[in-house]
Amino acid sequence: MCASGKYNSRGPALIPRMKIKHRIYYITLFSVVLLGLVATGMFQFWPHSIESTADWTLDKRSIHDAPLIRLPVSSPIPERGDLSCRMHTCFDVYRCGYNPKNRIKVYIYPLQRFADELGVPISSTGLSREYNDLLSAISDSDFYTDDVTRACLFIPSIDVLNQNSLRIRETAQALAMLPRWDKGMNHLLFNMLPGGPPDYNTALDVPRDRALLAGGGFSTWTYRQGYDISIPVYSPLSADVELPERQPGPRRYFILSSQTAIHREYRAELERLKEENGEALLLLDKCSNLSQGAASARKRCYKGQVYDYPQILQESSFCVVLRGARLGQATLSDVLQAGCVPVILADSYILPFSEVLDWKRASVVIPEEKLSEMYTILKSIPHRQVEEMQRQARWFWDAYFSSMKAVGLTTLQIINDRIYPYAARTYEQWNNPPVVKWSSVNSPLFLPLIPPRAPGFTAVVLTYDRVESLFRVITEISKVPSLAKLLVVTPRKKFKCPECTAIDGLSLDQTHMVERSECINKFASVFGTMPLKVVEHRADPVLYKDDFPEKLKSFPNIGSL
Amino acid sequence: MQAKKRYLILLSAGASLILLFCFGGIQVPLSRRGPGRRDDHSLTGYHPGARWRRLQGYLKVFSTWEKDHDFHEDISPRQKRDSNSGLFTGRRCRMESCFNFSLCERNGFKVYVYPQQKGEKLSESYQNILSSIEGSRFHTPDPAKACLFVLSLDTLDRDQLSPQYVHNLKAKIQSLPLWNEGRNHIIFNLYSGTWPDYTEDLGFDIGFAMLAKASISTENFRPNFDVSVPLFSKDHPRTGGERGFLKHNTIPPYRKYMLVFKGKRYLTGIGSDTRNALYHVHNSEDVVLLTTCKHGKDWQKHKDVRCDKDNIEYDKYDYREMLYNSTFCLVPRGRRLGSFRFLEALQAACVPVMLSNGWELPFSEIINWNTAAVIGDERLLLQIPSTVRSIHQDKILSLRQQTQFLWEAYFNSLEKIVLTTLEIIQDRVLLHASRSSLMWNSLPGGLFTLPQYSTNLGDFPFYYAKLGTKPYPKFTAIIHMVTPLVSQSQPVMKLLVAVAKSQYCAQVIVLWNSDKPLPAKHRWPVTSAPISVIEGESKVINSRFLPYNTIPTDAVLSLDEDTVLSTTEVDFAFTVWQSFPDRIVGYPARSHFWDSNKERWGYTSKWTNDYSMVLTGAAIYHKYYHYLYTTYLPASLRTMVDQMSNCEDILMNFLVSSVTKLPPVKVTQKKQYKETMMGQSSRASRWADPDHFAQRQTCMNKFANWFGTMPLIHSQMRMDPVLFKDQVSILRKKYRDIERL
Repeated sequence: MCASGKYNSRGPALIPRMKIKHRIYYITLFSVVLLGLVATGMFQFWPHSIESTADWTLDKRSIHDAPLIRLPVSSPIPERGDLSCRMHTCFDVYRCGYNPKNRIKVYIYPLQRFADELGVPISSTGLSREYNDLLSAISDSDFYTDDVTRACLFIPSIDVLNQNSLRIRETAQALAMLPRWDKGMNHLLFNMLPGGPPDYNTALDVPRDRALLAGGGFSTWTYRQGYDISIPVYSPLSADVELPERQPGPRRYFILSSQTAIHREYRAELERLKEENGEALLLLDKCSNLSQGAASARKRCYKGQVYDYPQILQESSFCVVLRGARLGQATLSDVLQAGCVPVILADSYILPFSEVLDWKRASVVIPEEKLSEMYTILKSIPHRQVEEMQRQARWFWDAYFSSMKAVGLTTLQIINDRIYPYAARTYEQWNNPPVVKWSSVNSPLFLPLIPPRAPGFTAVVLTYDRVESLFRVITEISKVPSLAKLLVVTPRKKFKCPECTAIDGLSLDQTHMVERSECINKFASVFGTMPLKVVEHRADPVLYKDDFPEKLKSFPNIGSL
Repeated sequence: MQAKKRYLILLSAGASLILLFCFGGIQVPLSRRGPGRRDDHSLTGYHPGARWRRLQGYLKVFSTWEKDHDFHEDISPRQKRDSNSGLFTGRRCRMESCFNFSLCERNGFKVYVYPQQKGEKLSESYQNILSSIEGSRFHTPDPAKACLFVLSLDTLDRDQLSPQYVHNLKAKIQSLPLWNEGRNHIIFNLYSGTWPDYTEDLGFDIGFAMLAKASISTENFRPNFDVSVPLFSKDHPRTGGERGFLKHNTIPPYRKYMLVFKGKRYLTGIGSDTRNALYHVHNSEDVVLLTTCKHGKDWQKHKDVRCDKDNIEYDKYDYREMLYNSTFCLVPRGRRLGSFRFLEALQAACVPVMLSNGWELPFSEIINWNTAAVIGDERLLLQIPSTVRSIHQDKILSLRQQTQFLWEAYFNSLEKIVLTTLEIIQDRVLLHASRSSLMWNSLPGGLFTLPQYSTNLGDFPFYYAKLGTKPYPKFTAIIHMVTPLVSQSQPVMKLLVAVAKSQYCAQVIVLWNSDKPLPAKHRWPVTSAPISVIEGESKVINSRFLPYNTIPTDAVLSLDEDTVLSTTEVDFAFTVWQSFPDRIVGYPARSHFWDSNKERWGYTSKWTNDYSMVLTGAAIYHKYYHYLYTTYLPASLRTMVDQMSNCEDILMNFLVSSVTKLPPVKVTQKKQYKETMMGQSSRASRWADPDHFAQRQTCMNKFANWFGTMPLIHSQMRMDPVLFKDQVSILRKKYRDIERL
């Protein structure tokens, strides 16, 4: 470095005169530039490379290594959520822009820990396992972008799934500190347990400006239709317990109530129902002899008899999902997983993903006031429908409830559908379980139209090298009044059976039949099913072959061949 | 040599500069990514390009099991519910807080219309709304039985500058004894507010009443409480209504224009922005967006530079021509959010492209508009052409067909708009017995799919293909008997045996509508399928179409006692029906025609090359039509049929064709079974009666009048067994009896 510096300082003066020194001069120049490059490179990248290696090794890192941010007391607090917010007023659609894939880009803020000036964290749990799962799933999806400038939606890494673990004011301050917060525009918060005692608000109490809220337990009064997204309350049992899918059909019990925190008034009402209808009802409660904790979550009791939860849910046709302190209940998820039809008694509750899911085909909603009539109402539902609902329930769980990933990606897809409505998923895509998707028929021409004669038809004639028979066909068909156009298609292949004149000739050919049978099998295997249907009827003109003057018939010559 | 060196120097300097760039050594302000000044309070560890990584190791779960433990001490949920009704009123009204459900429990969903007061003038549209309600099955003249109340004060036009504006509405409403602060009332409104701001205020206190309002904004719309109705013109027909414009599908589905608009441009005031910008997108080829400033008294005063040029271009095109020849039609907001254009585009099968931010689309509670319209964003006007061009032609085909379905199902007459509004509210009241979204958004639509019959999709004849299921593979025969059973050789005995012998027969029901007492049990023939007898209570002809609970199958074979049928014929007809479960499949057919001399519909039983009705004396159809016949049709028509003891089959054909928009299906019958062979007994006398025929003509016209249109459709095809009358051995034919004489 020093030596080259020395040459360098002398260099310019020597250029014109000293030819021998040219070479040395150039070498020096190059080495200076090179060294300069290395130096700048080192200078520029040193701190960054520390960051990026940290990024890549995050896997081995615990949450405690995330940078800690101390919130000043005077840090600004966002405004409370604006109830009149809608996509066209509170969402900046320009950030999403037009893109050929019709897909929104989602950015996730890097993880930080927030604490107040005294060092007390804003949340008692910090990043929860579920929120970590959710964010990871999003970052693995094709919604994700790590380029903040291209993002249309921003997701904070501040976990607000459970309001109980949050310090409201400080959480709000932390949100406002996010570098792209901008009054919460295009920010999405996930919250499953909103409100707190005593009155349990139905939406997250953390002031959040214009941020979108994916909330579990919205009521019709807090849900901003077309803006917020109603999501399920995730049941942690989903990850631990595997319930194999059961065939729809009648179950041992008709109605099952498995919730443990039912208000005494409602429990009394359920007891009364049980008295009236006996064995058809199973009324479970928590087991008094078990201590609190994970183990007790897996057991339910009735008069000293212990049942495994959630397995017992599979033994009932209908399962009660009553409101608790909150409208959203994790039980709903368990019930769906068991393929039990949820009977939802939670007035004004906005069902999860109700914007796209047709809950009428998967659940029964009964006003709380009608709890006493529940049995009669459910008895009036036809068996076939109960079976369809059982199937739908399980399908909803599989597709939209089963994991935090499912919840997160469904939420994003709903927002995506709003931003690109012309590319939105259809009702069938959202609501039809795979078995129906395979067997159902949705004709692209579904409107019953009887087209007028006026445009006529186009004849497409496939011809080989048999000009004579082609001309015969053309002469005949051109007599038809409604013929609009005639198209002759000539493949380069020779007709297989030149000596055959009629179709019959071909059908007598055994190898031909074998070939065609093979085709059918091949096609059926590609389609995964046999789409052809057999019928025994044929459409003929009304007076076909009737004992009636031929000249009075519209189509007199049919069948004369 | 010198020059060479200079080049070399230049080159090396350039190269090193590029290298420096590449490595990011030099920071050029332009390439600087990320937010500008906000970065200043960027926090430690934050940098814009950071990628989210999953964290490993132990994390707490978000919720614990010891929750809600203090809930038991909480206030009673009943009290909490009651407090809601006091808390959420006015703009926060919901069914739970502002509607009294108990009124609907006693008598079902009944609607009361206030009697018209003397001297109170009603607009024609409002008059039509009221008469549609009064003619519907929901109407009750007794306010004590009502669940929903409709004012007889015209609230449609609340624009103070309008001549239709009703003054002193507030005082008039307050004086109504049944008003009850508007609870369980519905108020219809098309226009509210006036120039320049066009607010959505009606100018009087609606209290707890629901609004059925056009041009309602999402901001003012109370979800599941108000109903957004379409804006319709004064000439919108009361019943019937015009068919959609689409007569046949074209593939590829593109029309002459891609996107069109022709309308006013506002020089001042609300709603100007979008229309002012339309000229940016106009290309006068396939995107034709025309505006005119020439409206209102003093347009010259406000006119801007573009006005004259725009006006010239505007006059070059015809509105109708563009409407019918465009794939997409732009529907931007006007002064108010909604416009007539919306329904016009829908009818014209021109897919509406909505540019009306914040408009709660008509019947949004039940209609999935993404299937029939493109919901654009006013802010992204410039992207609209590329957006519509990116829509795949399959999607266009489906959007276009859906516009036609929705137009005919819910919008083409005032009656349908009103009935849809009432049905939506009924669905809310009957929570667990309400329609699923599929019922509303697929053929034949919610007005023909009554959830009181069943909420199970599989119980209706319309959804088998969609669900990938099939109807129950058996039928129930219902034989309508009016003559006493005197001899064992009566044709009905033969019929009973033949029908019960069918492999698809699950049950035979004899509907005993004779005045004579029921014959003893042993007099009925012994058959493999069980025979049960229902004694008609009222002995009226309509009782053959009652939705009997004892029908165990989806299919019903309806028979007259003098019908002559063989087992083979029944078997074949049933296999045909399985392919057409939503239509009437039967034997003798009839036709209708327009008698231009008498200017009325005519009825013919002559042998013709086409038919539009199949007689229900021998026909298979879905059980659901029994329910629809009994509940959907008005009492007036059914009474008429009962009094004449005639026309019930015509009415059934009208009903089914108006549901399916398709003709019935005729199957081939044995040659011996001709019109003259319709038995020798009662029916024969009925057929011979010239009055009988005249009655049927009258019926046709009465029915067409109620439907508002002629729903019957002609068909020219008959279903025959595949080898029917073909030159092959009869032994190879499965239904050979049909050919045998």
